[in-house]
Amino acid sequence: MNAFRGLRAMIYKEVLHAVRDRMALVFSFIVPLFQMIILGFAIDTNVRQVHTVVYDQSGRSQSAGAQDAGTSESRAFLDRFRNSDTFHIRKFVHSDEELNEELIAGRARVGIKIPVDFARDLVNGDSAQVLVLVDGSDSAVAGQALTVSSQIALDESLSRLLPEHAPAPIESRPKILFNPASRSPNFFLPGMLAVLLLFVTTMLTALSVVREKERGTLEQLLVTPVKPLALMLGKIAPYFALGVSELCALLVFMRFVFQVPIHGDALLLTLLSTCYLFVNLTLGILISTKANSHPEAMQLSMMIMLPSLFLSGYIFPRENMPLIFFLLSYVVPATYMVDISRGVILRGAGVTELWIDALVLASMGVCILLFAAKRFQKMIV
Amino acid sequence: MTAIRAEKITRRFGEFTAVDGVSFQVEAGEIFGFLGPNGSGKTVTIKMLCGILPLSGGDAWVDGIDVRADPDSVRSRIGYMSQKFSLYDDLTVLENLRFYGKVYGLGGAKLERKIEEIIEQNNIRPYVNRQAGKLSGGWKQRLALGCALLHEPHILFLDEPTAGIDPVARRQLWDLLFELSGRGITFFVTTHYMDEVERCSHLAYLYYGKLIADGTPAALRHLPDMTPPGTHRVEITTEDVTSALRTARTLPAVRSATIFGRSIHALIEDSVSGNELGEILRRKGYDVEDIRSLAPSLEDVFVELTDRRQKELETPA
Repeated sequence: MNAFRGLRAMIYKEVLHAVRDRMALVFSFIVPLFQMIILGFAIDTNVRQVHTVVYDQSGRSQSAGAQDAGTSESRAFLDRFRNSDTFHIRKFVHSDEELNEELIAGRARVGIKIPVDFARDLVNGDSAQVLVLVDGSDSAVAGQALTVSSQIALDESLSRLLPEHAPAPIESRPKILFNPASRSPNFFLPGMLAVLLLFVTTMLTALSVVREKERGTLEQLLVTPVKPLALMLGKIAPYFALGVSELCALLVFMRFVFQVPIHGDALLLTLLSTCYLFVNLTLGILISTKANSHPEAMQLSMMIMLPSLFLSGYIFPRENMPLIFFLLSYVVPATYMVDISRGVILRGAGVTELWIDALVLASMGVCILLFAAKRFQKMIV
Repeated sequence: MTAIRAEKITRRFGEFTAVDGVSFQVEAGEIFGFLGPNGSGKTVTIKMLCGILPLSGGDAWVDGIDVRADPDSVRSRIGYMSQKFSLYDDLTVLENLRFYGKVYGLGGAKLERKIEEIIEQNNIRPYVNRQAGKLSGGWKQRLALGCALLHEPHILFLDEPTAGIDPVARRQLWDLLFELSGRGITFFVTTHYMDEVERCSHLAYLYYGKLIADGTPAALRHLPDMTPPGTHRVEITTEDVTSALRTARTLPAVRSATIFGRSIHALIEDSVSGNELGEILRRKGYDVEDIRSLAPSLEDVFVELTDRRQKELETPA
């Protein structure tokens, strides 16, 4: 017998459902665009203008007043901080207690303390010490503050040691490829496509089957000659179309509102993404073979969402993960989609580089679909 | 012609035997009432006959087709309607009909002609473009029945088709069933309503997986052991039925007694006549309005059969 019997009837019905379901349309278009706006505008991974307080004791004598501290040496050194984009000196304080208080209250992330004999040590050719306190509660900020402050101290030291206008012995000339301006949207949005697409496709498919369970129509369908495979593909079809349209909408939005250039072929990206959509839809079906109610389906979908967020490399680089999680990330479909998306959009990669990702996704999809079909048959009992 | 034949069909779920060696035969055009308490295996039996649940043992033929060998063909030849009516609320009446027609492989002009026929037969024309979710229970049920009849099945399985719909709609449904059965369609119906049971042309009673009665309503009513020798049945009408029942049950001559509306149906020993029993109750202060002798109703039959079976289960052989 034909394994796809009843497929056309299923597609007819599912398209009607999808078109009438306002929530589905809102979920597939409005919500993802909204999320893209929030993340696109709000998130900037580049650390800039870190709030900094300074306690400058340099040149202070026991007899003089505390207010007019500072020497030309300490001011020149602090100017280097000011001129960097990383630090923003907001306040001068006049005691250790005040310095600590600013950091504890979170009004400043970095505290710089210049000791009394800073200028004298420099003039005498001794090593001058500067204390740089960094708030470690945000690792990105701390890392950047540490690197840049060390760099500033090093530059200042070199300029004092080397004769005027002499070149440094070695000069590094870094060049950032693919995203030369280090724009956060360029980095974030392509990866985000994977997460946004996952949400709609997996959850909507799962809910659409579970709804039939709740209403008892699934029981009716099982008594008809419709084959399980046809039933599932029929469920998938409209959400597949919805997923592709959502992808196109997101790409247009990303390109023209956030000005993220697509270096590769947008058509190829769409084509490769269909494999990812397919996996997500089959996952939705698999969830629905387990879940019997809406809340259950939602929670199971969430269980799939979280690893995709954290293990796919969308937020944290996979290379830095402990081995077990690194291996685990290979079974997360979003991993491959993030690779495809960043590959095409940022690096201009083509089929030669990305076919393997698509192949892995497609095979995952077929396996999940067959597994779900098996579970479907057992569900009748 | 035989529409359904079950030969010792059995279904086990692990250790539990839901249906245990059940055999029966349903002739074409019969309205077969399949009865039994909840959880006694009726739905499991239907699922096996519809070819969606494999048999653990025995054999079954539906519309001449071996269910074990070719469940797909069985599914495309039968119609099925459950008490949930299984319609898509967000689809219109017409769309529901189109979908179920397509599911059974109908299409084009033939489908449209059949839909027209169903609309005509069920008088649902004013509602064709209304969403199914907005129909009342009775109309939903007509639509569901229409959907199940589109592909002209010879046999229709109805699992509690009248649960939760009003008496008028119930009567209309049964009128339609009689009309269809006159055209040769066989109905396999489960129900808990005794008035519907009386309308069936053939009954079977399933009790915890075993078939304990099978026959026409008349045959079941006259089963010899329904009224055991040396006993007879009476109906006693009284104001205070509940308390009178309690009292009647304490009397040695009363074998069993149950309430029917404002009266008590009692099985009593021949040593006491109906009038004598009335006298006893009157002396105990009950206002007995009427006493008459009674043939067992089908409900009596099922209650009696259930009791007997229960006693058999409780006393180990």
